[in-house]
Amino acid sequence: MNVVMHQVGAPGFLHRFEGLRERLPGGRLPWLAALRAQAAEAFRAQGFPTRRVEAWKYTDLAPVAEAGFDEPLTPMDDAMDLPPAQAGARAVFVDGRFRADLSSLDGLPFEVSSVARHLDALEGRLGALARPGEEPMAALNTMLFEDGLLLDLPEGVEGGVLELLSLATASERPSAFHPRHLIRLAKGAKLTLIETATGPEGARYLHNPVFEVEVAEGAWLTHGRLQQEAPRAFQLSTIYASVAAGGTYDNFTLNAGGRLVRNEIHVTLTGSGAACHMNGAQLLAGDQHADTTTALDHAAPSCTSRQTYKTVLMGRSRGVFQGKILVRQAAQKTDGYQMNQALLLSPEAEMDSKPQLEIYADDVKCSHGATVGELDAEQVFYLRSRGIPETQARAMLVQAFLHEAVEGVTDEALRRALDAAVEGWWARQEETLAA
Amino acid sequence: MLKIEGLTATVDGKPILKGIDLEIPSGEVHAVMGPNGSGKSTLAYVLAGREGYEVTGGSATWDGHDLLSMEPEERAAAGLFLAFQYPVELPGVGNATFLRTALNAIRRARGEPELDAMQFLKLARQRMRELSMPEDMLKRSVNVGFSGGEKKRNEILQLALLRPKFAVLDETDSGLDIDALRIVADGVNAMRGPDFAALVITHYQRLLDYIVPDRVHVLMNGRIVRSGGPELAKELESEGYAAIQARAA
Repeated sequence: MNVVMHQVGAPGFLHRFEGLRERLPGGRLPWLAALRAQAAEAFRAQGFPTRRVEAWKYTDLAPVAEAGFDEPLTPMDDAMDLPPAQAGARAVFVDGRFRADLSSLDGLPFEVSSVARHLDALEGRLGALARPGEEPMAALNTMLFEDGLLLDLPEGVEGGVLELLSLATASERPSAFHPRHLIRLAKGAKLTLIETATGPEGARYLHNPVFEVEVAEGAWLTHGRLQQEAPRAFQLSTIYASVAAGGTYDNFTLNAGGRLVRNEIHVTLTGSGAACHMNGAQLLAGDQHADTTTALDHAAPSCTSRQTYKTVLMGRSRGVFQGKILVRQAAQKTDGYQMNQALLLSPEAEMDSKPQLEIYADDVKCSHGATVGELDAEQVFYLRSRGIPETQARAMLVQAFLHEAVEGVTDEALRRALDAAVEGWWARQEETLAA
Repeated sequence: MLKIEGLTATVDGKPILKGIDLEIPSGEVHAVMGPNGSGKSTLAYVLAGREGYEVTGGSATWDGHDLLSMEPEERAAAGLFLAFQYPVELPGVGNATFLRTALNAIRRARGEPELDAMQFLKLARQRMRELSMPEDMLKRSVNVGFSGGEKKRNEILQLALLRPKFAVLDETDSGLDIDALRIVADGVNAMRGPDFAALVITHYQRLLDYIVPDRVHVLMNGRIVRSGGPELAKELESEGYAAIQARAA
């Protein structure tokens, strides 16, 4: 009889790394082996952070730390059931691995490829922004990543819209995958990347992506993320973005799926006149937990940052927003704004907010605000007095609440995808709202 | 016909309406006048079904339907409309979306086909012209950034679009200059006819120069203490509520 011992949590991942290290992609590249070994050391030292760690005070990773995860066993035989495409071009990843056979990338004015296939050319680039020593999830990712999206937009190229679809498959035991996506826009390049992450209803998995994003002078990346993971799934994502002078990183994240989700974004504005927009909506119900954590580093003068996050909570769900704005001494004429608002639709739901400003320059304009509230009874009554049924009245007011975060999405393709995702969420919640 | 009998209601446990009896037949416009705190707005909210206004006795029916057992949206579907004294601001809800959603909800309840965006816009623009409302009021969030007069005109626009059988106008004249008052009054008068009844709540006689009521009732301390023809409003204006109260006592 075969008895397989499954180790859980951090030791399980470290054990897997020890067993696999030679066979992981790029296992024979000394620089990468060293990078992975360092990350493993960092992960061994930190493990999954507990709530005693300040950055994780409001998000308890125990459900992840106490679970055992296997390597994804992706079925290759049958044709995958893909959700409808959001845009013309689409790069498809299944369980964190690039699938050229499922992707449609013809006619793009730039090259889209797989990190796994080009590792020998990525020394100095892979790992340039990620900080495994600081963020344990980035350490886990660096230790075990197998693949990711590799995007290079040459100077001045208008890239249009590209969809990144991340699909998980269902398996008997929970699986874990850690894609590492590398995105670089050269001077003046422009791209809209719409990322959809999802998985089948019953699937249990950990999706732990890390993005390293470089936006050069005058380039513009719109990065839309539609997180619609399977209801029992975990997604812990970390984005590192660096924006040069006159460049823009424009992120919109919808957190609508998953059981436990963290969306952590670190952006550094490195050149004068760089801009960062981070907006998002979290739509939570049942026992979902979603955490948006942003860290904005104003390292150069005359940069602009705008953040608007809205969270709608039903059931026993829990939302977290942590937003730090650091304005360094050199970053004079910084213009920063951060707003996060939550709407509690259930007495059992909970929202934790922690805005944080750290300002070392004297000539800056920086403001932030946070509100947590319920639907206004007077507004509901006004709508009902006009014949609008209560469920519909409440839905209208929730949509109005989200409006401010969503109206900033100017890209048409992203807006369409976002509206469809929000509507889909509504359709699922309507019964609960009516109850 | 609106029929109110022995209606009593409390707010936060405090009795406000202490036995109202009132009948408004279809085709008539009645005014309810009274000093501050007499229960005028409470009467309006009780009829519309606002939470926090607890009916402790009596009845209110519209054409035989028991209004008090209906949800606010059901009352609206049955033909009731309340023009708010303080119209509510709805940031993020476009006025056009709001008006069309309300109109289609009412039309659905009446078994009429819903209007698509184009049909609705055509109708709304026509009504707005009649009320001298600038078209950009359709694009703005409901009542957000509207002046006092614009908010009241927006209420009358809803009246004109939803075409209720029975309207309660709660101090629709407050905060209006004379031109706006005339526009609002014209909007209400345009509704008048055999199938429309209204209860006009006001503190001042001024509005009743423009919307001439069939009957005037004086509400004081939660009861109707006097009823009469339009001349009663004039009498109130010259003598004041105190004299009426003294005579009623």
